[in-house]
Amino acid sequence: MPNIKTLAQREEKEVRFTPGHTLCAGCAEPMVVRTVLNAIEEPVVVASPTGCLEVATSRFPGTAWNVPWIHVAFENAGAVISGVEAAYKALTKTGAVKKRIRFVVFGGDGGTYDIGLQALSGALERGHDFLYVCVNNEAYMNTGVQRSSATPRCASATTSPVGDEIPGKPQDRKDLTQIVVGHHVPYVGQAAVSNLIDLANKVERAMKYDGPKFLNVLTTCPLGWRTPRDSAIVQAKLAVETRYWPLYEVIEEKYKINYKPKAHVPVEEWLKTQGRFRHLFRDPQGKERIAEFQAAVDRHWNDLLRKEQCLSGGEAGQG
Amino acid sequence: MRKVMTGHKAVAEAMRQIEPDVVAVYPITPQSEIAEYYADYVHDGIVHTELVPVESEHSAMSACVGAAAAGARVMTATSSQGLALLVEVLYIAAGMRLPIVMALANRSLSAPINIHCDHSDAYLARDAGAFQVFCESAQEVYDYMLIAQRIAEHDKIRLPGIVNLDGFSLTHTSQVVEPLEDAVAKKFVGVFKPVHPLLDVDKPVTWGPFAMPDYYFELKRAQQAAIEEVPTVFLDVQKAFVKTSGRAYAGFVEKYRLDDADRALVVLGSTAGTAKIAVDALRSEGEKVGLLKVWLYRPFPYQAVASALERVKHVAVLDRAISFGAMGALYSDVATSLVRSQVRPALHNYIYGLGGRDITVEQLAEVLVGLEKVHPDEVLRYIGLRE
Repeated sequence: MPNIKTLAQREEKEVRFTPGHTLCAGCAEPMVVRTVLNAIEEPVVVASPTGCLEVATSRFPGTAWNVPWIHVAFENAGAVISGVEAAYKALTKTGAVKKRIRFVVFGGDGGTYDIGLQALSGALERGHDFLYVCVNNEAYMNTGVQRSSATPRCASATTSPVGDEIPGKPQDRKDLTQIVVGHHVPYVGQAAVSNLIDLANKVERAMKYDGPKFLNVLTTCPLGWRTPRDSAIVQAKLAVETRYWPLYEVIEEKYKINYKPKAHVPVEEWLKTQGRFRHLFRDPQGKERIAEFQAAVDRHWNDLLRKEQCLSGGEAGQG
Repeated sequence: MRKVMTGHKAVAEAMRQIEPDVVAVYPITPQSEIAEYYADYVHDGIVHTELVPVESEHSAMSACVGAAAAGARVMTATSSQGLALLVEVLYIAAGMRLPIVMALANRSLSAPINIHCDHSDAYLARDAGAFQVFCESAQEVYDYMLIAQRIAEHDKIRLPGIVNLDGFSLTHTSQVVEPLEDAVAKKFVGVFKPVHPLLDVDKPVTWGPFAMPDYYFELKRAQQAAIEEVPTVFLDVQKAFVKTSGRAYAGFVEKYRLDDADRALVVLGSTAGTAKIAVDALRSEGEKVGLLKVWLYRPFPYQAVASALERVKHVAVLDRAISFGAMGALYSDVATSLVRSQVRPALHNYIYGLGGRDITVEQLAEVLVGLEKVHPDEVLRYIGLRE
């Protein structure tokens, strides 16, 4: 299993994602990209849908990608990587391609949860051999912090603002990780940018499998979350500690929670550090909304514990 | 060897011989049988193609773009709403200079939903940057699939290409087709040589970057330069095909009994077959009438159309789709062709055959017979419409 040293050594050998991109100061995306790419030994081809990462890394005539990389449009990364992988299979058959090559998508939550969900679902169902990494920062950050279906309840976004009538986003976020689990693919995981070794381990475990692999990685956006630029790791860590963002994986349909916080840290601790939730601590009904938020976090965490218990494939699952 | 086959089968046969590495396709009437025939070839192990049975046409073209950038020869086919859904990615395929050949089973666009033929789907893709060919018969469909593949993959072109075949009247009717022998067809099409493929991992390239106002304009101008090369390459490839097949194709358009004609029709696609019968019937009565059939629709062969029509007195341009709020798309192209001619015909625009409405020999003859009496103005006239 990789550690910081081995990841750094791999990057020393081959810098796959180079500096000089134009992602914001404090953006957590490059850490996710570098960690994932450093955790894969074989040559990779990367696809990205339209989004922050794509725009900030591929301004013609420059590029931050030192691996083959393709962007086509916003809603189709799943289909694009399907085509690349199909080409690989065909050209391996004819002998035109001889190397073992791995295929990775880095897509934001807009391009994955929302507009790209159909293409992702199709690619998962068809069983293409690829790793899809959702770099999830919980809103359309590239276009100016509009709400997506990954945006949490109550969060203020430019299309779910805190107004006099409607305070932030009224709806719960969608559970994309579980939607992917429903495709019965060999590997599904949730990770966070605060836990890079966990992320690297997950990539390594995932890449042992042929077929579709999916990782939903919570990736802080200081701009959209309205948090200090030096707080990306702390923010993601709090999301994990409060059980808002559980680190878990579903390997061959068996659940494993990779980290169970010992103390019960109220989700309020995470909410209160972010400008997008500031209204909850100002409005008279804020307390009630925070309680609802906490109840949802607890419910989902307990659901996950039950799934682990029933579907772990280990002793607990045998009963 | 001459065989009886549908337009679908003609497309599928050409595709089998071209043998793309990847075919990504989604079902839609009246295209589906192309996908079905090809799936048979794949599942029977006749071709080495990876079939990607995608979940939408948008994903079909997206997978084609991914596969083509990866270094594969790729093909697809669609129709109507499917074309409308994938057209976003067709523009991108052209912008990325990817040689993806697509059969388009021409069908009307909704609403109301209708599965039958017209050319509104082809017109929708008109400005996408793909070259487009229209076919009169199943034989032409087969032949132009091979020709289009070679044009698309030509070093100077590397653009997507569309081979149009009228829904049902060509896709579903059986005609006599004489395909080339497999080895001859394969030799004609040649081996695909990818440029900067993604799968060449030792030479990493960035495909599909974004360009700001400082570069976008020049890149689009370069794309225009590529499609401007199509006519020259089209003629070369067509000539090579004629030599290989013995078929009688010459040029971007077919001039049928046009030399001394004082009245003529201009059409795209299978209506040319009906129009030829009408022209023959009127010629036998001493009427000087003719037909211009346009094979290469994009890039539009302005000069060839001008020189074919400028000495005709009255020309009826038939559009099988309405460009709402404007004159017909083919009419506009023909008018542009003739704008610099010293002598030019009176031009008329007729809309016909929408949503599969039948077009008959009698109706076409009627247009030709009375044409000199029609006042030439920018007015749409309709054939076979109940008013």
